[in-house]
Amino acid sequence: MTNQTSDVLDVTDLRTYFPVRSRGLIPRTIGAVKAVDGVSLSLDAGETLGLVGESGSGKTTAARSILMLVRPTGGSVKIDGEEITDLSARKLMPIRRKAQMIFQDPYNALNPRHTVGAIITAPFKVQKVVPPGGVKKGVLELMERVGLNPEHYNRYPNEFSGGQRQRIGIARAIALRPKLIVCDEPVSALDVSIQAQILNLLRDLQKEFGIAYLFVAHDLAVVRQISHRVAVMYLGKIMETAPRELIYSRPLHPYTHSLLSAVPVPDPKRQAHRKSRIVLHGDLPSPIDPPSGCVFRTRCFQAQERCAVEVPPLVELAPGHHVACHFPIAVEDLPARAEVQALTADDPQEATPDVQIVSREEAADGAAGAAGKGRGAQEEALDEGGAAEEGVSLNKPRA
Amino acid sequence: MTATSEEPLSGMPIVGSADRPFLSVNDLHVTFPTEDGLVQAVDGVSLSVERGKTLAIVGESGSGKSVTAQAIMGLVNRKSATVTGEIWLDGQELINLPQREVQELMGMEIAMIFQDPMSSLHPFYRIGDQIVEAIRAHRSIGKAAARRETLEMLQHVGIPAAERRIDAYPHQLSGGMRQRVMIAMALINSPQLLIADEPTTALDVTVQAQILELIARLQGEFGTTVILITHDLGIVADVADDVAVMYGGRIVELASTTTLYDLPEMPYTLGLLSSVPRMDQKLPERLDPIRGNPPSPIRLPKGCVFQPRCDYWQRVPGEACLTVRPDLLESDPDHWVRCHLKVEERKQIARDVKQILAGGGE
Repeated sequence: MTNQTSDVLDVTDLRTYFPVRSRGLIPRTIGAVKAVDGVSLSLDAGETLGLVGESGSGKTTAARSILMLVRPTGGSVKIDGEEITDLSARKLMPIRRKAQMIFQDPYNALNPRHTVGAIITAPFKVQKVVPPGGVKKGVLELMERVGLNPEHYNRYPNEFSGGQRQRIGIARAIALRPKLIVCDEPVSALDVSIQAQILNLLRDLQKEFGIAYLFVAHDLAVVRQISHRVAVMYLGKIMETAPRELIYSRPLHPYTHSLLSAVPVPDPKRQAHRKSRIVLHGDLPSPIDPPSGCVFRTRCFQAQERCAVEVPPLVELAPGHHVACHFPIAVEDLPARAEVQALTADDPQEATPDVQIVSREEAADGAAGAAGKGRGAQEEALDEGGAAEEGVSLNKPRA
Repeated sequence: MTATSEEPLSGMPIVGSADRPFLSVNDLHVTFPTEDGLVQAVDGVSLSVERGKTLAIVGESGSGKSVTAQAIMGLVNRKSATVTGEIWLDGQELINLPQREVQELMGMEIAMIFQDPMSSLHPFYRIGDQIVEAIRAHRSIGKAAARRETLEMLQHVGIPAAERRIDAYPHQLSGGMRQRVMIAMALINSPQLLIADEPTTALDVTVQAQILELIARLQGEFGTTVILITHDLGIVADVADDVAVMYGGRIVELASTTTLYDLPEMPYTLGLLSSVPRMDQKLPERLDPIRGNPPSPIRLPKGCVFQPRCDYWQRVPGEACLTVRPDLLESDPDHWVRCHLKVEERKQIARDVKQILAGGGE
């Protein structure tokens, strides 16, 4: 690849397929689940890339493939400039000092028979590293740094709450001062008040040690809080990627719009004044037999004939803002409401799903005045960063 | 305990009209004996819901929200737990009702949906047969008629190709689809009360939005009363009329949804609201979490259960927060708060915090 920069992580055209075998005495491979299908992304030191998507989108498989926990089928993964896809398990060992992982479930990620001390000591032992002052001192410092009481060195994981266990996992991950940490849904199993503590801790550690995070999550509000850039995945492919301010205030992909419009806002007044609501009925299509053309077209309110034929490439529409869509749509052009009845495997001939759209004009006619108020609320809601200060076209009055 | 236990009826908070609430829970206690001592999972909970309304019970793990729901459903095992208090459903008291009669109510008058649909679907039986059984357990109706009704209900909850899916096994359906089947099964006998325990926690946002719209639509059609148990404050704002916030087995704040989000008075509620990352506000540099961890139900603090994590307890003169359990008192009409701080002071704190949040960084 052409990339000679100092990127901590550089992933190009990553593909991870799982074979589907037939039943019978001699199973044959009859197909493949394309869990990750041509994902490219990169990360600088001290940067966080949020990777979001629904379950089945391949975000977790992508994260695991990057660390070779699942061997990818093709593509290139470079960590700190070094190609690692063809390395043997033994040769990967030194790489693991640079790239670590934090898991979703703090209950299963820690060995219940090992003490906290032993768990955090493990990276030093495995990699034969002795921190200045000795291993034990290093472990105690780590515990203190992540907010654990060092006196709990000899306790077992079951004596800790979920949030504290996640802190143990974080201490283990940062022990060797890695350059990259892949976080797979690190806060989704935690209570709200604890979630915020862990997010703050991750951010502080990033500032202190310059760690780059690949932050895999399904919660868009959490991702917004911690990420510098966001990539949206759907059925193994990246649909849209952009700097944080852009993806939340000026998304262009219909799928990103759908996701954002589905997130409940903890404020009853704003909730009632949502400008546009896109409701997707039905589920993700099966990754064994993905739709032709654009994979999202079976649930897309923008879908047209062309989408069934041509795979949309990921194109840069604004600096740093890449979108894979034939018909990207700006916030101000969204309908007031769109209901999409997803195509299922039962209707293979169809190119576009059944879509019901209520335009803003219709909505305004229906409830005179109310729509105008709604627009105001939505603009406030999207008020973020530079994009909002310039007013951009969000404030453009519509007839 | 509080005044509530001495005078169960007079101290009972009733949100909305006090005439005749459809469901009222009165000084409910659920106690589990464990090796480490008695666990007061639910400690004097009183609440009421009017017919056709939605009450959300919000709390973190261990707050007693699920046990409260299970007690209303009669699902708490009386051999391993003590349940005291009163639960009135439409003029009938449930706690002292014989087990047989409770079972008749379950699935007919009251239904429950869970976070994990596989906890109410049997993996060995076709979904259609399971729903038919739910109908025939309560109503004398022929198999063919029950099957027709099942099919209609499956279509009603938005299952595509329902005439084929009716003969599917649970494992053949996706998570969102199973959730719909469970909702279909819960609503098949048009229950008057639906208890939804974290019904969308395991689902993706797009599917979550579908399921919430579905529950709201069916509620409108059937006039069902809904108790929604959740930790997600966004969902609450979306669907609930009233909210009860639980902490350490007690209700710490009870109000209409608009009031609660507008001016929460209990520092815990305020903390919850300000520790959630939000998409509709400016991005703060750091989140403002509640410090510490939720209390262990075995060793609850002597005074206010929230005191060890509270930022404001020193503003209360004396050591009331350390030694005296506060009562759930009405600070405004239909707004109940369990806190030693003065009402005006609480409101000022809430206004200040909201100001800071709205100002936020970036």
